[in-house]
Amino acid sequence: MSLQVLSPGFLTTIQDPGRFGYQRFGVPPSGAMDWFALHAANHLVGNSPAAAGLEFTLQAPELAAEEDCLVAAAGCGFDLWIAGRWVGLWMAARVRRGEVIQFGARPEGGWGYLSVAGGVDTPLVLGSRSTYLRAGLGGLQGRALAAGDRLPIGALTGGDPFTRVGAYLVPRARPGYGSPVELSVVPGPQDQAFSPHGQAVFFSSTYRVSPTSDRSGYRLTGERITHQNSADLLSEGMAHGAVQVPADGQPIVMMSDRPTTGGYPKIATLARASLPLLAQCQPGSGEVRFRPVSVQDAQAAYRRLLVQVEEGISYGED
Amino acid sequence: MTFVDDSSPQIAPVGDGALLVTFGTVISPAINRRVLALVAALEAEPLDGSAELVPGYASLLVYYDCLQLGYDQVEAWVRQRLAALEFQPAGPARRVEIQVHYGGEYGPDLPYVAHAHGLTPADVIRLHSQRDYPVYMMGFTPGFPYLGEMDPLLATPRLSTPRSRVPAGSVGIAGEQTGIYPLDSPGGWRIIGWTPQRLFDPHRQPPFLLAPGDLVRFIPVV
Repeated sequence: MSLQVLSPGFLTTIQDPGRFGYQRFGVPPSGAMDWFALHAANHLVGNSPAAAGLEFTLQAPELAAEEDCLVAAAGCGFDLWIAGRWVGLWMAARVRRGEVIQFGARPEGGWGYLSVAGGVDTPLVLGSRSTYLRAGLGGLQGRALAAGDRLPIGALTGGDPFTRVGAYLVPRARPGYGSPVELSVVPGPQDQAFSPHGQAVFFSSTYRVSPTSDRSGYRLTGERITHQNSADLLSEGMAHGAVQVPADGQPIVMMSDRPTTGGYPKIATLARASLPLLAQCQPGSGEVRFRPVSVQDAQAAYRRLLVQVEEGISYGED
Repeated sequence: MTFVDDSSPQIAPVGDGALLVTFGTVISPAINRRVLALVAALEAEPLDGSAELVPGYASLLVYYDCLQLGYDQVEAWVRQRLAALEFQPAGPARRVEIQVHYGGEYGPDLPYVAHAHGLTPADVIRLHSQRDYPVYMMGFTPGFPYLGEMDPLLATPRLSTPRSRVPAGSVGIAGEQTGIYPLDSPGGWRIIGWTPQRLFDPHRQPPFLLAPGDLVRFIPVV
């Protein structure tokens, strides 16, 4: 079974939850920008959370199914259409052999995800199928999709997938996407490297997502965050969601394709539950604010999102 | 951050799935050895749910799965291993020889580096290849080693305009640092040589030629 790429879209790549275990060698984890959307799409079609799907932005791909298959799309900015029928997002739907999978763009923009029952089955590279374009790793020969590509889909293991047709993730089970959006952060590890005024500015200002943001980092612009002394730090490991602040006082939030190490102080680190909210904020117009939370509260919010995916599936009665 | 004493590392949470152990604020072989000794100690007695360890010059980022572990459990594990660290003899470092073609088309900046310091190209090659450089950490791009300092005689500022493409295997100088580009990439380091050895090949076992803690020795190819 495979999907044929009729039109590749603007920047469509194969992503799974990420490539872990090689950051000490300088390999970024990559993985879906909005982990929740890929996780939910995989769940809707009955895949394991580790399964790979497609990630796209600005312009979605167009695909044709070579066999009947079950798909679900999730994220922001797009609606799924199958053979001219509107399906929308967060819903499992059947694609019949030869039918075309398309997307309609919505004005709010963002990252869209498509999961197929069985998962995109390209070779594992260092344990993951995620594409890291800068080093040509993973995905389909380490690159974005191109017209004419055939995407292999894995064999089904869990019985008849079509019993899930119509499964739908109810709105209250999804993250509160939008703009302006409040992001939860755990202060530190170098919040003390900033002046009391700088810390107060960070937690009381609204920041705009810069158009120069990409899969490695979201650059924010707004009121300047002042350092206590120097803005230099010895290079050290950099976590997903780390908010590093260079000498210009404008924060950069490290995302999926981030360098594994960096040398600027980090005022705070995004809670995992807030990563999808920032990822889906439009570069150029999206606005964010930061709210401090405890490690325990951040972990509880993450667990809550995972439970919502388990419990928020409806089969038409909602 | 200020440290009264570099022998008492600081531990801080990093978001909801990691913690950072900071041993100091300067680049020093002794501090870096403590970082890597902690890596070995944690790996020798892993905790279910602990994940990647990412060493920096003077710090260690410890990732964990917050669905399996609370922050306090991870911190207790790290503190317990830190306390036992003093009694852990360091194993011998692995020494990796890297064959380098210096100068010519392989090292277009060798004449500049020599001229800038009143040296001959042969002096530069000798000074660059006569010491072992510890791999303090890796980062920047897959397989890129941050190596110990060179002889200060060789310290040379970066190019004022970076090259748009530096070939994989290029050996360069930036300030007192030396390094090797594992992939074709843009770069501003002064390129003095090139190695045919591949620092990173995802389809080879092991994929990486170097690891933090190794000693690198450049061997001039004549």
